Amino acid sequence: MAEIELHNLVKTYPGGTTRATDDVSLHVADGEFMVLLGPSGCGKTTLLRMVAGLELPDDGQVVIGGKDVTYLEPRKRNLSMVFQSYAVFPHRKVGENIGFGLRMRGVDPDEVKRKVAWAADLLQLTPYLDRYPAKLSGGQRQRVAVARAIVMDAEVLLMDEPLSNLDALLRLSFRAELKKLVAELGTTTLYVTHDQVEALSLGDRVAVMRQGRIAQCDAPTTVYDLPAEEFVGGFIGSPPMNFLTGTVVAGGDGGFQLDLGAHSVPVPDALSGFSGRQLRLGVRPESFGVAARNGDPGGLPAELEVFEPLGSSVLLTVALAGHQLKVQAPPTFRAEAGESLRLSLPADQCRWYDPETHLLLETS
Amino acid sequence: MTTVLEKPVRKQPQRLGISPWWLLAPSTVLLVLLFGWPLVQGILAAFQAEGGAFTLANWERLFGDPYFVEALLNTLLLIVIVVPIQLVLAVGMTLLIQSKPKFGGLHFYVWAIPLAVSDLAAGLVWLTVFADRGYLNSLLIGLGLSENGIAWLNYDNPTTMLLAVVVAEIWRATSMVFVIVVAGVQMMPPDYDEAAQVFGASAWQRLWHVTLPLLKPSLQVALILRTILALQAFAVAQALTGRNFPLLVGETYQWYVNLQNPAVASAVALVILALSLGTAVLYMRALRQPSAGGPR
Amino acid sequence: MTRPAVDLTPLHRRKRQRVLVQLACVAISTFMLLPIVLIALSALSSRTALTEFPKPLLPSEFSTESISGFIGGAGVVPAFGNSMLAGVYTVVLSLLLGAPAGYAISRFSFRGRDAYQVLILLVRALPIVVLSVPLATMFLRVDIDDTVFAVTLVHTALALPTTILITASIFVGVPKDVEEAALIFGCTPGQAMRRVVLPMALPGLAASSVFTFVLSWNEVLGATVLTLGHRTLPAQVLSSLADSPNVYRFAGGFVLVLPALLFILVMRRYLLNMWGTTLR
Repeated sequence: MAEIELHNLVKTYPGGTTRATDDVSLHVADGEFMVLLGPSGCGKTTLLRMVAGLELPDDGQVVIGGKDVTYLEPRKRNLSMVFQSYAVFPHRKVGENIGFGLRMRGVDPDEVKRKVAWAADLLQLTPYLDRYPAKLSGGQRQRVAVARAIVMDAEVLLMDEPLSNLDALLRLSFRAELKKLVAELGTTTLYVTHDQVEALSLGDRVAVMRQGRIAQCDAPTTVYDLPAEEFVGGFIGSPPMNFLTGTVVAGGDGGFQLDLGAHSVPVPDALSGFSGRQLRLGVRPESFGVAARNGDPGGLPAELEVFEPLGSSVLLTVALAGHQLKVQAPPTFRAEAGESLRLSLPADQCRWYDPETHLLLETS
Repeated sequence: MTTVLEKPVRKQPQRLGISPWWLLAPSTVLLVLLFGWPLVQGILAAFQAEGGAFTLANWERLFGDPYFVEALLNTLLLIVIVVPIQLVLAVGMTLLIQSKPKFGGLHFYVWAIPLAVSDLAAGLVWLTVFADRGYLNSLLIGLGLSENGIAWLNYDNPTTMLLAVVVAEIWRATSMVFVIVVAGVQMMPPDYDEAAQVFGASAWQRLWHVTLPLLKPSLQVALILRTILALQAFAVAQALTGRNFPLLVGETYQWYVNLQNPAVASAVALVILALSLGTAVLYMRALRQPSAGGPR
Repeated sequence: MTRPAVDLTPLHRRKRQRVLVQLACVAISTFMLLPIVLIALSALSSRTALTEFPKPLLPSEFSTESISGFIGGAGVVPAFGNSMLAGVYTVVLSLLLGAPAGYAISRFSFRGRDAYQVLILLVRALPIVVLSVPLATMFLRVDIDDTVFAVTLVHTALALPTTILITASIFVGVPKDVEEAALIFGCTPGQAMRRVVLPMALPGLAASSVFTFVLSWNEVLGATVLTLGHRTLPAQVLSSLADSPNVYRFAGGFVLVLPALLFILVMRRYLLNMWGTTLR
């Protein structure tokens, strides 16, 4: 067990013009499950590979368990890894694959056998130990890759999109299994994914990356509720956060309002400094209150454009003062396209962003 | 060399409305005419006397010829020495290129050049080095290691003759093994090697436990192809030593062109064919083997 | 927690390794290039410089007299022409015969496909040039002995397996959807082939042609056995080898090697594809 510290890592691939990681610092506590989340090309895999030692940074430092490993060969870092393609050796039987790392380190054969049996049991691979990987299903090969990684008793466990090659149903069940397994082992884990649901469900903390930088690193609930940047709000959530731009004007009651054109929304007093300037409002689709036209008279009038029943909820596409919004309503909600609706916006669900920096503004 | 180009495409109505055999017929006819027919003719010629009667005289004459035995031994010796060296060298060269050195592209080009050099030209190229008044002797004298140089290609020095032919063959044909092995390595996903690195394997362990086993199919192809092509080498030795270092195909040439005896020449050709066929069968066996261990 | 200092020793080790790798690469490149440089120097030495011994690395006097002497030698210029002709004919003939076959085995599944592939494998694996000896007798009977055409036939047989395999892998690389799309948008099968498939396959076909040409250019035994008056260049050099001075040999070797540099330069990009996809 060990903590991982990344200090100001800079990496530009040869021939590349932009930095794959741009001055990234990150601290992963001992035993923590840290997820690196971001769209493809955001540098998350590069960061993971620098921790593994498969890439070397141009500048910065990697420290694992208090020891500098920035330029150390991967094999001397005492870590293990699950690859996206699994990288299960096709010429080795399942048992030999699981015990590969131990044998390379010269562990006593009986000890290897014992540990392989333990890992195989844990991942329900015992019946397959004498088979070649070619005879296994994708899900089973995935289990072999995980077994090979956990058998090492490494200080750090690295996972590079380990679930992305599984079909949806298998991914769902293995996700929970993986979470339980890693929690029991308590190994410090760095997990790369582009799947937000995976990130939110697995991580103790989630580091959302964009263009080589970490946009936000927080607990999953925080990342979802209080996106530090518009990008985070727009990347996480399905459908993503709605953003509205308006001008801050003085209201009748001494407070301030965001003028959206035909309608306006109250602005917290803390943002009065934006008076006369533009401001961005971010609202999660499920944060709106929705009522039929003659329901809530205080709500904002909006026109329903598309009605999509999704089973567990209903997704509405509505037009509000020239903006198109996604609104999630309870599954029992019924309306027809073209109808007028009333949207209510609880003040505590509003997130305010600086239109220039796109950063979250403090309201309290 | 393939039987496994691609799995047969899914059963489908023949879209172009013509039988595939119309497309295959021209090449099949040519191959049968230029391969099957002369094969039969060659067998007949080797067993026929002047008038057409069955005889073993051609074979007796061939086996009684000291050159033939020497050529057979030389050919086998050359294969046994050259092929393993080429395999090891090619794997080493591949590892060097794979580590992405500076000027890697240039090195690759240079290492591939001999691929397009014929064995006759290769022999002439190395003649400039090994000739009595060649560059090697000049170097030796220049370094004060020898007074008048060594007669590398002299009939009395079979060892140095062999050495010269071996060097020339290694120079000429390692490129082919190299290109096959590089192609094999490049088809291998890098993940396997990276996984081995992460799981604590040293460079040697990675080579031995991961890269080489995964390369097995490419190595097999290279091995067999090289063996068969090495059986056909002759102009290298011809250019370097004349008939002083006889090789099997060179004997075909001698019997046909210089001794004007097509029957015995055919007999030598059949010996070479039989040896090659043996190698090819070995190869196909190896390919057909249920490759539980090989990558899918 | 205090930050440990960055440990640079692994980086230095890596750099040392890279230097060693580069040295090894340079050593191998030298081994591959030096003989070619040496034969070039020998071929460009003047007659007197060539007889010097011990030889300096650079000849004391450069001259093109060896080369021009070789080119002026009996039968060399016609032999060069014959080599070019045989090469071009072989390329055309093997493409005409091989490309349809390659297309067939890449696009159709049919009875006999395996048998056909075994035939190709057999021709590929066996040294069919040695069959030039009985072939020569047969060609004599049908009156095409001692012609470039006879050489072309044998070289085509040699090149066909490779051509078929390469073209098959090229056609596998041209997606069938594209061809089907052309058919749906109103092309006849012939037009689909001419307008869609062939243009996409062209670069690969060109590479395969160069490969075939090199094969024909380099082939010695068949050409020597099958011809007498119409020799190709390697055949001419081989048959006059025994009674020529080293001047002639070096110049001949140089002229034979020169195209190799060009061939590989052109083929560089395709080498890996060709050996990678066609050999297994």
